[in-house]
Amino acid sequence: MPVGIVSYGVYIPRYRIKAEEIARVWGEREDMAQSLNVFEKSVPDFDEDAVTIAVEAARNALKRASIDPARIGAIYVGSESHPYAVKPTGTIVGEAIGVDHQLTAADLEFACKAGTAAIQACLGLVSAGMIDLGLAMGTDTSQGAPGDALEYTAAAGGAAYLIGREDLAAEIEGFYSFTTDTPDFWRREGMPYPEHGGRFTGVPGYFKHVTSATRGLLKKMKTIPEDYDYAVFHQPNGKFPRRVAKSLGFSADQIEPGLVVPWIGNTYSGSSLIGLAATLDVAKPGDRIFLASFGSGAGSDAFSIRVGDAIEDIRNRAPRVRDYFENVQYLDYAVYAKHKGKLRL
Amino acid sequence: MRSVSIIGAGCTKFGERWDDSLRDLVVETGIMALEDANVSGDEIDGLYVGNMSGGRFVEQEHIGALISDCAGLSRLHVPSTRVEAACASGGIALRQSVLAVASGYSDVVIAAGVEKMTDVTGGVAADALAAAADREWECFFGATFPALYAMIARLHMHRYGTTREELAEVAVKNHHNGSMNPISQYQMEITVDKVLRSPLVADPLRVLDCSPITDGAAAVVLAPTDLAHKYSDAPINILAAAQASDTLALHDRRDITTLDATVSAARKAFGMARLEPEDIDLAEVHDAFTIGEIVAIEDLGFVEKGEGGRAAGEGITAIGGKIPINTSGGLKACGHPVGATGIKQAYEMVLQLRGEAGKRQVQGAEVGLAHNVGGCGGTALVHIMSR
Amino acid sequence: MSTVPRFWRHIPQRYNLVGTHCEKCDEYYYPPRTICPNCRRNAKMEDHKFDGEGTVVTFTTIYNATDDFKRQTPYNLAIIELLEGPRLTGQVICSPEVIEIGMRVKPVFRILWKEGERGIIYYGTKFVPTEGWV
Repeated sequence: MPVGIVSYGVYIPRYRIKAEEIARVWGEREDMAQSLNVFEKSVPDFDEDAVTIAVEAARNALKRASIDPARIGAIYVGSESHPYAVKPTGTIVGEAIGVDHQLTAADLEFACKAGTAAIQACLGLVSAGMIDLGLAMGTDTSQGAPGDALEYTAAAGGAAYLIGREDLAAEIEGFYSFTTDTPDFWRREGMPYPEHGGRFTGVPGYFKHVTSATRGLLKKMKTIPEDYDYAVFHQPNGKFPRRVAKSLGFSADQIEPGLVVPWIGNTYSGSSLIGLAATLDVAKPGDRIFLASFGSGAGSDAFSIRVGDAIEDIRNRAPRVRDYFENVQYLDYAVYAKHKGKLRL
Repeated sequence: MRSVSIIGAGCTKFGERWDDSLRDLVVETGIMALEDANVSGDEIDGLYVGNMSGGRFVEQEHIGALISDCAGLSRLHVPSTRVEAACASGGIALRQSVLAVASGYSDVVIAAGVEKMTDVTGGVAADALAAAADREWECFFGATFPALYAMIARLHMHRYGTTREELAEVAVKNHHNGSMNPISQYQMEITVDKVLRSPLVADPLRVLDCSPITDGAAAVVLAPTDLAHKYSDAPINILAAAQASDTLALHDRRDITTLDATVSAARKAFGMARLEPEDIDLAEVHDAFTIGEIVAIEDLGFVEKGEGGRAAGEGITAIGGKIPINTSGGLKACGHPVGATGIKQAYEMVLQLRGEAGKRQVQGAEVGLAHNVGGCGGTALVHIMSR
Repeated sequence: MSTVPRFWRHIPQRYNLVGTHCEKCDEYYYPPRTICPNCRRNAKMEDHKFDGEGTVVTFTTIYNATDDFKRQTPYNLAIIELLEGPRLTGQVICSPEVIEIGMRVKPVFRILWKEGERGIIYYGTKFVPTEGWV
């Protein structure tokens, strides 16, 4: 029996800071934005965190397909910025969307790919017939240390996917994961900002894992890049997904609809899932989408997705990704620092 | 029911009383009131004290026993009761005392009020005062006390055309009155311009629209009218002691620009006294914020609804005007030690009706009204007194 | 920390606008009431979940807050009338120049306040203008 995406929803905060504003403060080269292909990034409001973002995304997912929340049997929330070190995000989300309390929930962490891991967990339970619907989310208000290269991209946003067996907006035909122990990026307990291996995050991290997962899935599915109408690769910046797509044989056109990082930054656990949502926003029934996430530490989950008939009915019943690109409000660095709690009092 | 008179009154200087504790303030005002009433301790058979938040301001509850003890009455075992209705705690203490005497249960009863507010930081004080609002459904979402009155002001301005300057005129008038009152916290006059340039607290209300954080205590001594002349040459008769309640939260009110509790208490009080608003020579009203005075004079019937804004600027509510309001300086200028305010209003009435109010004396004052509000209108009291 | 059970008790009403409705007189209540002031002992109360769309009845912008909210200043506080009639107090997220009496608003899920660095995070409902927000 096919399993897949019954509905999806995203949320991106309305504030933005331009890369050039960050570069101005730290005396960086003016072409920082061009070199990263990230021109601006989303910034949460004072009163937004990974939980509030997840709730808004989940409510959009429920609204999009008019789902009764009582059908949800599992909630998995992937994030590297869960506001509590101990105390689940998933329970707050569940209560806020009005679930029946007969469900399982847990928070996941795997750097930027915890959201796709959440989808896999739901796929397993749904495929086994143990639950009717699973809610999988990737949500983050990611942190970059002031002046660090990460600060140009670390953004806020999230996506929610309802995984089930009926009325599929998109079938998940198969997935393949590739995981190694590669410390390219980390944050120790109690530390406010992550550390990273600089250029070590590139080839041994992102490229090795995304490439391995992609090649593995293509082999497993017996497909080639040309079989897909669209492709979404994790977007830590605007360069990596383009480069990896090209090296794997995917075209610029295939990745274009899902490449949102230049305008919102890297939403970490939300990143590839918001890219997928932006692609579902425009895809037609029958289209195939290739998705590969990446999480430092490190691993990549690749998915082969076929768009279903239901997509046309539900697409416009909740905000699309690009709706969140309208009416944005730009912050200067000082107000951004206040929003992000970078000013310790 | 016996009719009741005030036979003595006392009030401390209001202000930031850094040297004095709550206990010191109680002793100071108690001595003043008892000397004024010329009663001895063993004649006292009841004591009511209004205190909003001893627990938050000085971490002391059981204020009833405390003040009886401080006043040296512990060995007499006088029943002493603390009452609370936020900023109307003093008014409630007065009314409970009136009921005790009127019923015949007690003869000489002290009605007191005290608040020591400056032992905590401004933030703690603001939070303690916010407890007068609905903690679960107003404060939990960030409401402060000035914010609730600011929302009353905003709607009053929107609906009746009340202006920002008219709000400021109330503060200017009350500071002028306060400058003639020796116990007043603020002794300086201010201008409309100064009010308008003071920092925003909760838009449209600014710092100089708000009553201050104040330490102070006040007490009055009550006795049956037919025994009053035994103690006092100039007893003040309490013609009415009325109280009413309303929803705790502002959002649940029938009309956000009207304090129905005031309207109800006023109606009852005028009925008891068999008087009309026109019969009142002066009034102390609850101006915790400038908008409070504007709404109060409307709800008490001194001006038409919506006309309150013009009153201060046009001199209607000035000393010498049609209905002098807040001759003491009001809560705004005289200060607002919350639990003491309702009793201080009675103290001012005693001075005015005895003709002892000095430079701020309302000539020929015979009948006065005191209006005390708890929260932003969850409780209201109206007392009418005459000489 | 003493407010944790007090908050937890009202999670359904704070995360979502769950109030009450009196079937007898057809009046809606938010915040919820156990006793209908119209019908009192004859009331027939049931839970009702409000969509949360409403209009601003009156508002203020707070510049001087209690300690729990002082990092949020300036913020807008409003009395909002829901479509079904009841009024509630809540924050409206927008510039102080934008908010006005009669403005239509809709609910969003936000952090209300936090109990310092170590305590609980209180989530709940705030409002944003219906126009110009996703």
